[in-house]
Amino acid sequence: MSKVFLALQDVDEARPIVEAIRKDNPNAEFDHQPAMIRITADQELIIKRETVSNEIGADWDPQDIQLTLISFGGHVDEDDDYFRIFWQD
Amino acid sequence: MANRINMRDRYKHMTRLGWETSYQPMEKVFPYDRYEGIKVNDWNEWEDPFRMTMDSYWKYQGEKEKKLYAIMDAFSQSNGHLNISDARYVNALKLFLQGVSPLEYQAHRGFARQGRHFTGEGARVACQMQSLDELRHVQTQVHGMSQYNKFFDGFHEFPWWHDRVWYLSVPKSFFDDANSAGPFEFMVAIGFSFEYVLTNLLFVPFMSGAAYNGDMSTVTFGFSAQSDEARHMTLGLQAMQFMLEQHEDNVPIVQRWIDKWLWRGYKVLSLVSAMMDYMLPESPMSWKEAWEMYFEENGGALFNDLARYGITVPSYAEICAKEKDHLSHQVWGILYNHTAAAAMHTWVPDDAKMNWLSEKYPDTFDKYYRPRFEYWRDQEEAGNRYYSQTLPLVCQTCQIPMGFTEIEDPTLVAYRTTEYSGDKYHFCSDPCMKIFTDEPEKFCQAWMPPQQIFQGNCGGEGLPAVLEHYKFNLGADNMDYAGSPDETNWNKWKGLDGAGDGQVKAS
Amino acid sequence: MAVTAIGDYPARPRDGVENFHGNQMVIVGWDHHLMIDAPMAFPLPPGMPFGALVSEVMPVAFSAHPEWEQIDWSTVVWQLDGEAFIPDLEASLEDNGVGHKSLIRFVTPGLDGIGGSGS
Repeated sequence: MSKVFLALQDVDEARPIVEAIRKDNPNAEFDHQPAMIRITADQELIIKRETVSNEIGADWDPQDIQLTLISFGGHVDEDDDYFRIFWQD
Repeated sequence: MANRINMRDRYKHMTRLGWETSYQPMEKVFPYDRYEGIKVNDWNEWEDPFRMTMDSYWKYQGEKEKKLYAIMDAFSQSNGHLNISDARYVNALKLFLQGVSPLEYQAHRGFARQGRHFTGEGARVACQMQSLDELRHVQTQVHGMSQYNKFFDGFHEFPWWHDRVWYLSVPKSFFDDANSAGPFEFMVAIGFSFEYVLTNLLFVPFMSGAAYNGDMSTVTFGFSAQSDEARHMTLGLQAMQFMLEQHEDNVPIVQRWIDKWLWRGYKVLSLVSAMMDYMLPESPMSWKEAWEMYFEENGGALFNDLARYGITVPSYAEICAKEKDHLSHQVWGILYNHTAAAAMHTWVPDDAKMNWLSEKYPDTFDKYYRPRFEYWRDQEEAGNRYYSQTLPLVCQTCQIPMGFTEIEDPTLVAYRTTEYSGDKYHFCSDPCMKIFTDEPEKFCQAWMPPQQIFQGNCGGEGLPAVLEHYKFNLGADNMDYAGSPDETNWNKWKGLDGAGDGQVKAS
Repeated sequence: MAVTAIGDYPARPRDGVENFHGNQMVIVGWDHHLMIDAPMAFPLPPGMPFGALVSEVMPVAFSAHPEWEQIDWSTVVWQLDGEAFIPDLEASLEDNGVGHKSLIRFVTPGLDGIGGSGS
């Protein structure tokens, strides 16, 4: 099984996203590096609009990930309600 | 409130803006995306997973720029250059501005061209956005580093240097090779191999390193660019998958391009290995660790995923796996040898750094490299800093001096030679030689810096004439860090003792 | 293989000997001495005696190495373009078979670089 990863800037705006990832991906691992957070998981990682919106207390558009995303490994699947990274094997 | 259309439909309506031409046949309007042999059955199967449309593109890019410039202004207003760990660090930025930022500009041009030439409008729109991103990157990088240019040497003529100075022909020739290839090869070269597989190794550890060394301006432009890279990576992977899914005949062509371009990129990144292990005074991660994380682990996952198309990991992955223990040390040795002709400083690592290198490279550093550095340090202390007086042989493909060794014997230079049309050509490795023999007509015309100097095309004979042609401020842009104006200024600004003796002492 | 191109793609080598103003490019590498980072290249007249290459040209590149002074030239093992080779020091480079972009390697038995490290 391959690992996907997601790297986010370690900034205020990314914190609710990181919290949402923690809630929706119980097996994800979080590695704090200088100025960034690197999140890994087996096979897939999902960020849900609803969870992030609840964290912020306002509506969050998955395309807003553009503002804090540094890098990722995997295929991207993005829709109105979620942003997902996955491997197919 | 009226219902908004969903993301999928919005993407479709706002990117599928092409039409079947009728005054001229489509193949004459888009003449360049067939000759490479890639077969496309249906361009409509192209889909951008980010589903980015122009309206949201401007919105997000505008927001990123505002944040970035706010930080750059704050950096400049607060004299942020004084907060870095040590002035030696700035040499990593010099190498970045001289070697990498001009590639962003070349990428801007390359993607603009593919944004014209692909028949499918989905691919064209994605390439056009990337082209704009790349222009933004070069602009923000130049802007971000302009603060350093006010206080440090080695920045002022970076575009001139990029086109002329020997070590910069490594990244320059890499991109010239990609820009003179067809649109599909360009996508594998830059979109896939460089953006998807290798930029993580360039930007992420390097920018994290910048943060570690107190350089918040660079961190910010780096990560701001990298958030675009995430989109570029997706485009690169999408382009690859598209080719592989359209026709099985495309698979061997794509495999050959992957093999070529991952190696070409790997050789360019060997400069980054030296940056990470030697130029960063505080290193958050060694080159070897970064290679393991971003190439072996992430790249490995990618190749597992691509296996279903019949794509395999390049056969030279084994060379890279063994070379990761040697690469940065050999490259730093090369730069140290030829610092008289480089627009940056080099130096012998201090004891703390050497101990860190021993720890990170337990099988190789003490055995093969520490003795060299300690000898150089002794010589330097005796007032006899070693500078090479001659020009090295450089590899015909990657254009790096031939300082890389045999995998089975790290004390022996790896020589590979072939003949083409009556002339000899030399290479640093089997993959570099294979790239040449696959396209000898292309690589026999490479602009090789030592040969160009010998032919009299770089200002004349002898080092002084060449350095004048390079527009170096002699003794300021080049030579060892010890005794440089950079060092003198830094010690003065920071109130440190010993301006000029090469050792920065904690105050 | 050949370049895949839109049209004709003639080979135009940039570094033919005719571009070197009467010189030829000669490459010399000292095995197991990587303090000198790479083999070094020199533009030399083909008529230069091999002995002059050894006594006048090579020191510019290699004499900074601490083992240079210790070389016993009677024991040096030479290689020219991948073949074992015994140079005639009196004869010219050309008559020794050294051509444009020829690679000369030499091994100095008993001298294995700084501290035996290959440096």
